[in-house]
Amino acid sequence: MLVPSLKVQDLIEEIRGAKTQAQEREVIQKECAHIRASFRDGDPLHRHRQLAKLLYVHMLGYPAHFGQMECLKLIASPRFTDKRVGYLGAMLLLDERQDAHLLITNSIKNDLSQGTQAVQGLALCTLSTMGSAEMCRDLATEVEKLLLQPSPYVRKKAVLTAVHMIRKVPELSTIFLPPCAQLLHERHHGILLGTITLIMELCERSPAALKHFRKVVPQLVQILRTLLTTGYSTEHSISGVSDPFLQVQILRLLRILGRNHEESSETMNDLLAQVLAVNILGRFLLNSDKNIRYVALTSLLRLVQSDHSAVQRHRPTVVECLQEPDTSLSRRALELSLALVNSSNVRAMTQELQGFLQSCPTDLRADCASGILLAAERYAPTKRWHIDTILRVLTTAGAHVRDDAVANLTQLIGGAQELHAYSVRRLYCALAEDISQQPLVQVAAWCIGEYGDLLLEGSCEEIEPLQVEEEEVLALLERVLQSHMSLPATRGYALTALMKLSTRLRGDNNRIRQVVSIYGSCLDVELQQRAVEYDTLFRKYDHMRAAILEKMPLVERGGPQVDEEAKESKEEARLLEAAPVPTEPQASKLLDLLDLLDGPSEDAQHPRPLDPSPGGALVHLLDLPCAPPPAAPIPNLKVFEREGLQLSLSFVRPPETPALLLITVTATNTSGGDVTHFICQAAVPKFPAAATGPQWGHSSSSGWPSDDPAPQNPQS
Amino acid sequence: MQFMLLFSRQGKLRLQKWYVPLSDKEKKKITRELVQTVLARKPKMCSFLEWRDLKIVYKRYASLYFCCAIEDQDNELITLEIIHRYVELLDKYFGSVCELDIIFNFEKAYFILDEFLLGGEVQETSKKNVLKAIEQADLLQEKTENMYHSRSFIGCKKSILEY
Repeated sequence: MLVPSLKVQDLIEEIRGAKTQAQEREVIQKECAHIRASFRDGDPLHRHRQLAKLLYVHMLGYPAHFGQMECLKLIASPRFTDKRVGYLGAMLLLDERQDAHLLITNSIKNDLSQGTQAVQGLALCTLSTMGSAEMCRDLATEVEKLLLQPSPYVRKKAVLTAVHMIRKVPELSTIFLPPCAQLLHERHHGILLGTITLIMELCERSPAALKHFRKVVPQLVQILRTLLTTGYSTEHSISGVSDPFLQVQILRLLRILGRNHEESSETMNDLLAQVLAVNILGRFLLNSDKNIRYVALTSLLRLVQSDHSAVQRHRPTVVECLQEPDTSLSRRALELSLALVNSSNVRAMTQELQGFLQSCPTDLRADCASGILLAAERYAPTKRWHIDTILRVLTTAGAHVRDDAVANLTQLIGGAQELHAYSVRRLYCALAEDISQQPLVQVAAWCIGEYGDLLLEGSCEEIEPLQVEEEEVLALLERVLQSHMSLPATRGYALTALMKLSTRLRGDNNRIRQVVSIYGSCLDVELQQRAVEYDTLFRKYDHMRAAILEKMPLVERGGPQVDEEAKESKEEARLLEAAPVPTEPQASKLLDLLDLLDGPSEDAQHPRPLDPSPGGALVHLLDLPCAPPPAAPIPNLKVFEREGLQLSLSFVRPPETPALLLITVTATNTSGGDVTHFICQAAVPKFPAAATGPQWGHSSSSGWPSDDPAPQNPQS
Repeated sequence: MQFMLLFSRQGKLRLQKWYVPLSDKEKKKITRELVQTVLARKPKMCSFLEWRDLKIVYKRYASLYFCCAIEDQDNELITLEIIHRYVELLDKYFGSVCELDIIFNFEKAYFILDEFLLGGEVQETSKKNVLKAIEQADLLQEKTENMYHSRSFIGCKKSILEY
């Protein structure tokens, strides 16, 4: 008669005991035969056990379609055990592609209307998992009735089943829309959650529904507020946040409702500001979970623009995040840290960031270095600190700083007269240690050239006394010149520095003259030209040497100024790189340029041709090595003409970045004589996005939009 | 949520809950491919990946991978919380849950999941309520050998939450 069948767990154990795939298949085939037999004429009491075994086998990947009918039988059985397994089977074995699935509709209907709560729950669960469109249509009214059932257990399931039904049959929205308003008054979190999900579905499918539900925004706001102000509840809280599942759903719905709708957004704003409560984000920052920390950092970064002080509160934690081994986290932390630097915390922050710079991964170095330099630029408490900071950055990550860092630093040092001695000593020491970091070498070379006399004088209060011999200095510069690590630009700096030293040092200049003449036949054209010119200075114009090579004048700091020495390399300098081109009539723009150059405004500096003297050569200040100006309608402009020196401007707008305007200043010497020691200084107005530092008093009528953020801040 | 899969480190399926209609063949194919993709991930990688047109959120607890496929508009982090909440529920129910509990009591794992999620959405945010519902259903069910986690293991059981 009845062979005592295996218990489910025994079967599982037997299957797991099988040593090979073949063995397993054997066990299973044998068992399936039993199961089939028992389905046919087995004991109805144990039918559920047979189905459970079948379901296990099905999960292992074996066919189980012959169990479908059993599911139906079990669902129809009055026993709860049978129903439980039967419905589970239905969810696993039946889906809308099988014809058989419709057969359970009737059972479900009966269970929904007459079953106990638990049974109703089973039916609703199955319906929402595998209910097809036909089933949904048939059962919609039943589910609707259940929405009003007293038991929250059933109601919460009914609401989510409604969600599923609407997804399958959108027309059913009409049935499920009206109860929503009522359901929102529920206190049960599960029901609320389901209702909000339901409203979201309705709104996404119909603009009319969206409009209709806008009026519940205040209610949603209220619910959210209550959630926020409620204390910790063990039931619903995760990490101190009350019912995040519900909060997230409410926020999602608010987002949908508030989209492009002024009034709703207004109502939400106040609350959202609280929610954003950087406090919640702050707590996320402390979370040990990396994913959460990442999202917290990202959100804080977005916030820091609008609510700076609130985010400041979390500065210490953010700084800690810099130590993260995970690069995506440390990158975010870096961005956020840089955004958080202000005048009061600049020393501490820079310290932290410098530390980070030393150990950070290479892809972050450039950003970190630029960030530190920018922060130093904006908030430096003293010049000496500023110089120290830049120096440190150059030493640590010299290869990664941007090109204009060199120019900025030289200009900064030049402007700090009291710090010349200090700077030149520090730079000398740094250079002596390491001649590979190009920006550092360039600045050091320039400095040594300019202030070599201070270097040799030996005393400076701010630094330990340093005894430097002339020969050492020259040797160092020669090393730089000869090193294969030095870029052509660097060698240019070094050569010029050597030349300047010829007037600063007290010894004789034979060594320098030797070097200069050697380089007269250097393969590098730029170096060769310089060398030849310097050589000529020595030989024919020695009396002028001192005048020509005297210290450079201090530059007025009104904004980021590009200080170009006439014989500097031919690197392209974009004068007004940061100017976002306004869509104003071109004429006014040109006029403004003229104002800039000729007017009395503090930022304009006239190019000063010094005493023209024989010797020297045609000087091209700036050469744009790129294409000829495209068909841009801006004509060339002659802006200056005096004593044979002409200056003209030409405008080029590169096709790939139309927002950029490249202006070339061409100086032409039309006199019979020569022009030397030509200095052209250009002042670039600064367009601060976050207004700090020296301000330009530009009114918008000047044509320079003062509130547009510069696409490339020349400082960074 | 479109579906949730639980599988072992050897790629054996321990639970599959599908909230979208797909043929058996399709389900098998998806399972096979996804299991391969997730198992290929290194331990330090983050829990999210993009696969076909879905977002996959997964987390490993001891020897089990919990893997959910969500749609574009769904939130990854809250899905991670869903996974974690499910594991907590299993842990509370089985008392220091381990993979074997889920193997030998797979129906229970389904029942618990069905009290937490419905139609792919969260239906109950209170741990207490979910466990209460299961308890009551268990009581209703006649006592059969499927009911209780009768496997007692020698030594102390370590929950997968503790890994």
